[in-house]
Amino acid sequence: MAGYHWHWGVFLDQVPSGETYYWVWLLEGLQWTVAVSLSGWVMALLCGGLVGVFRTVPGRWLSRLAGVYVECFRNIPLLVQLFLWYFVMPEWLPTPWGDAIKQWHPLTQQFLAAWLCLGFFTSARVAEQVRAGIESLPAGQRAAALALGLTLPQTYRQVLLPQVARIILPPLTSEFLGIFKNSAVANTIGLMELSRQAQQLADYTAQPYEAFIAVTLLYLLVNGLVMLIMRRIETSTRLSGSARGGHD
Amino acid sequence: MTDLDFSSLATALPLLLRGLWVTLEITIVAMAAGILWGILLALARISGQPWLAWPAAFYVNLFRSIPLVMVILWFYLILPQVLRRLFGEDIGDIRVICALAAFTLFEAAYYAEIVRAGLLSVAQGQMAAGLALGLTRRQTLRHVVLPQALRNMTPLLLTQAIILFQDTSLVYVIGLSDFFGMAYKIGNRDGRLVELLLFAGLVYFLLSFAASQWVRRYSAKSA
Repeated sequence: MAGYHWHWGVFLDQVPSGETYYWVWLLEGLQWTVAVSLSGWVMALLCGGLVGVFRTVPGRWLSRLAGVYVECFRNIPLLVQLFLWYFVMPEWLPTPWGDAIKQWHPLTQQFLAAWLCLGFFTSARVAEQVRAGIESLPAGQRAAALALGLTLPQTYRQVLLPQVARIILPPLTSEFLGIFKNSAVANTIGLMELSRQAQQLADYTAQPYEAFIAVTLLYLLVNGLVMLIMRRIETSTRLSGSARGGHD
Repeated sequence: MTDLDFSSLATALPLLLRGLWVTLEITIVAMAAGILWGILLALARISGQPWLAWPAAFYVNLFRSIPLVMVILWFYLILPQVLRRLFGEDIGDIRVICALAAFTLFEAAYYAEIVRAGLLSVAQGQMAAGLALGLTRRQTLRHVVLPQALRNMTPLLLTQAIILFQDTSLVYVIGLSDFFGMAYKIGNRDGRLVELLLFAGLVYFLLSFAASQWVRRYSAKSA
């Protein structure tokens, strides 16, 4: 590292166009990372929850269909999925729709592709957690609820899923952390999220180490915050005397 | 929907195979070296020696908190300068070395967690029994605990290898032509990006799906 001139004040410098400062670029990158991750997470929870439930319902074709869904999104690399959403989907939609998408602002196109990609990819992983959670419950729970006259949807909503939600909170935390880390692939289609900003800052300022260290610290910060929030949720939703003890 | 034309695949096949070889090379090296380094990290973490356990825990948690894309970019920033200092300007294409180092050191953090869980899953009595028989702690670990632990964790190690195989496509960010990078370049060159991307997705799917089915069958048999 000899010969490298550290210059931490670089973030306070103006960008070449003079419109703003380099630290603003960092914050914009953080915003995109958070925006695409959170919106993807909402979609992953909704789709993943639904598909996970479908995998456990009686009736073959629905659970098999859900199985195909999970295998597809799990066995294709995230990057390939992203490129399929970004380059292939507009070609395969009905022509007017595809053309409309191609007219959008590039940023909107990139965000749409990244959101769909992260949402679907993570939903398959969430679905597996939901399925495992449901299967871990004693079979008597379902039988008892049905015997009491609840319909199948009622059984899921009022008996099974409330228990499952608590059981799968820890694995869901790691999926949540995962979607933040995975959002860095959006770098490859030009979305200006954190890792892309690190590269852009390095190119513009010739101070790559400061830029990379700052971005890495921001990722660590987000990671720490997510863990803190999820731990809060875990403690506040814990039931005493439930299967996963509440006495610690 | 545009008409698909897969005819350029036939001429592209040799290049695609060369790309696939790069992918497999990174996967295999990073898996082997990553497991070895991961075992050492796991042993350090459960050693009970703070000066070993803390740095190992720091290493594992650090790598698990950073996106792989960022790790690859870091290595591509640092390694070329270090290597140039050591071996002079004429070091050729070092992107492969960067990718190998990044994936090995990154995956080791994940392997370490699998190995640690595997080691802790072996009953405590095994260690006690080994010590009672007059083996040293190290001997018990090597000949009694590790073999059992490794067998327990084989399915997880293999599953992680499948994830690694898929993740190698991220070398795209440093412009290395692995299987995916090659498919993308050929697609751009021939104006057949849609076909090449679909083909790449299909190949990854078939290989990963077959491998995961095999792991499932293997772990059902050995359980």
